[in-house]
Amino acid sequence: MTCMNHKHILQIKNLSVTFTQYEQGLRKTDLRVIRNLNVSVGEGELVAVVGSSGSGKSLLAHAILGILPQNCDAEGNIWFQEELLSPERIKELRGKKIVLVPQSVNYLDPLEKVGKQVRKEQNEKSLRRKQEELFDFYKLPQKTADLYPFELSGGMARRVLLTTAMMESPRLIIADEPTPGLHLEAAKKAMSHFREFADKGNGVLLITHDIELALEVADRIAVFYAGTTVEEAPVADFQSVDTLRHPYTKALWRALPQHGFHPFPGNQPYAKDMPNGCPFGPRCPQLTSECEGNIQEQTIRFGRVRCIHAK
Amino acid sequence: MNNTGSITVLQKYKRKQLNQRSQTLMYIASGSIFLLAITVIGTLVGDIAITTNFTQKNFLPHMAHPFGTDWLGRDMLARTLKGMSISIYIGLFASVISAVIAAVLGAAAATLGKKVDAVITWFIDLVMGIPHLLLLILISYALGRGTFGVVVAVAISHWPVLTRIIRGEILQLKEANYIKIAEKLGQSKMKIVVKHMIPHVFPQFLVGLVLLFPHAILHEAALTFLGFGLPPEQPGIGIILSESMKYLSLGMWWLALFPGMVLMTTVLLFDVVGGSLRKMIDPHSAQE
Amino acid sequence: MILEAKGISFGYKKDVNLFDQVQITVESHERVGIIAPSGFGKTTLCQILAGYIKPISGQVLLDGKDIHKIQGYCPVQMIWQHPEKVVNPRLRMKGTIAEGDEIEERIMDGLGIERDWLNRFPGELSGGEMQRFCIARALGKRTKFLIADEISTMLDLITQSQIWNFLLAELAERKIGLIVVTHSTPLIERIATRQVVLATNYDI
Repeated sequence: MTCMNHKHILQIKNLSVTFTQYEQGLRKTDLRVIRNLNVSVGEGELVAVVGSSGSGKSLLAHAILGILPQNCDAEGNIWFQEELLSPERIKELRGKKIVLVPQSVNYLDPLEKVGKQVRKEQNEKSLRRKQEELFDFYKLPQKTADLYPFELSGGMARRVLLTTAMMESPRLIIADEPTPGLHLEAAKKAMSHFREFADKGNGVLLITHDIELALEVADRIAVFYAGTTVEEAPVADFQSVDTLRHPYTKALWRALPQHGFHPFPGNQPYAKDMPNGCPFGPRCPQLTSECEGNIQEQTIRFGRVRCIHAK
Repeated sequence: MNNTGSITVLQKYKRKQLNQRSQTLMYIASGSIFLLAITVIGTLVGDIAITTNFTQKNFLPHMAHPFGTDWLGRDMLARTLKGMSISIYIGLFASVISAVIAAVLGAAAATLGKKVDAVITWFIDLVMGIPHLLLLILISYALGRGTFGVVVAVAISHWPVLTRIIRGEILQLKEANYIKIAEKLGQSKMKIVVKHMIPHVFPQFLVGLVLLFPHAILHEAALTFLGFGLPPEQPGIGIILSESMKYLSLGMWWLALFPGMVLMTTVLLFDVVGGSLRKMIDPHSAQE
Repeated sequence: MILEAKGISFGYKKDVNLFDQVQITVESHERVGIIAPSGFGKTTLCQILAGYIKPISGQVLLDGKDIHKIQGYCPVQMIWQHPEKVVNPRLRMKGTIAEGDEIEERIMDGLGIERDWLNRFPGELSGGEMQRFCIARALGKRTKFLIADEISTMLDLITQSQIWNFLLAELAERKIGLIVVTHSTPLIERIATRQVVLATNYDI
């Protein structure tokens, strides 16, 4: 196991999400957007899932919260604080112990004042006090409660979304691209609140396309490729290409501008054109016939990797 | 600890026996067949609808006359079908004219500049501001009633909603990045219209057209019922209904019930067909 | 050729402009990186430079000619941040790519475009695959300047470096000028021959 010292808050094993879509006419196709995905978050940890946008990683957040679109099937085992969750239990926990911090203010109701939304339309004294405390904590002026979402600046909106999430004292935050369009310094600042939250013994699952940001703020990074996590590694392993395990992660490392910006041929396959076995197979220099079979995840040097050649 | 062999099903997509899209197609097909049947049979019954037979007057519905007969011994089934087919023809004609007006005005408002847009928008508000039936009566009356009056009245009072839709669609489309890019890539205006605009707007136009039918039919019947529409010698559905009013107090309920039900059914069917078409075209519901 | 932005200002709100009096001059052998902070209006600036939006004041000139007066194919082409927002969802990719100049096979190969993607609709391609088409579309033979608006931040790093490595070679060979607007400094250090740092008026 990767985090031996502390307990898991979240553990996901073999999560798969399949969409059913119409093609032309009446033909339906199944698109397996997420396949056999594993990821875990320990107490006090901030784990980043890094993948390119449009690759379906947001669906991971939606699956954990049970808010996937209607036309898809999902299966997989999700443990929250060592408890295996049923779909019903997920519905009980979401918004309370597991909360989502979404991408943008668009998730706020534009016609309702911020304060009311933060309190979910309730007006009890204890909730008001909690809201005031949280506003203070996130350095939002108390009068923010009387503003409408469009009156918030980008930074304030992010903190309001965070306040909303914190009202129920959650244990796990799932942050889906919480810093869109922010440059690295600003994004790091925005992420500091998540860091503080994790440091209190909670968990954060950060879903992002920005590997540079993930390298700055996360404890561990799960690399998402073609619908699955190919490698889950402590952030320190990204110091050098030799400590990384999966050939895709290595290629990713070499492609960073500060590491030479080396290109790598081929494309991430679209869900419809998925190869047998290892999704990275067709691009992989180490491809052998065994790669077309079922690839088991193995644990190497406190990191997990889905590659039979990894050392 | 986590080595349970089983896997939790988190969500199951409830596939219906017949998928939604086939179901929608079924609606469209059966609705269209039924409407076509009414129209064709109504056209073919010809004289039966106006043939009087005093030996068979005031019959209750029975085997030979499923809808009964009226005070002149005319078969009500034939009259109803005939009346309905006339209404459908008029509805069809009037909605096509309305839709063409809507397409021209909508496109003009969206493309010919602010002044033209202001004038057309003003007209839309004007026509929509007047109570519908009042407008219909005024136009039909001014044109000397009759078939001509009804068609013109229905045609020139039903365009505003569709005009608004088309204007909105084109305005939105003009702002679409891919159209601006096509301009920068040197595509001519004409090519952009043919390649990008028409394929986008035409389906909406078609749905709008089909959804105009029920309105047009209902308004034609209403106008005729009130005596501002078709002449009494035409067995329009409005005429049948208004005539039957006099006999309702004599207990001849079937004279109004069956024609009324056929009118309702026809109008609802058109609405179902139009609604289903929209569902198939609209990208938001197409995947359901 | 020279692309000049002369004192351009722009704002969406009254009184508050996103930026004022921006001056940029780029020659067609240059690759200029513009570093602008979050909330600067990077996309807006790109759209002004490529002639999609008129600035409130100032002008964009191509060899002294106002860019808005250019008819037909515009030698200044832009590549957008979100490829899925700039292709017609009802057209197959071959229809989309055929809109400008004919795109050489060499370019398609260089960008790693597989030929069977041509028959697909945008919804059947990933973001990275679609972006390759958008780049190819902007590389018609009459293109003299490329404006790139964070074109690769949404892509995975490997795709990013693939695309940039090809673009840099192509631009150098054809003497196409590049303006890339981004907040990623490592990227600009890698690709630009000159950097411009812009500050914002607007408090985020």
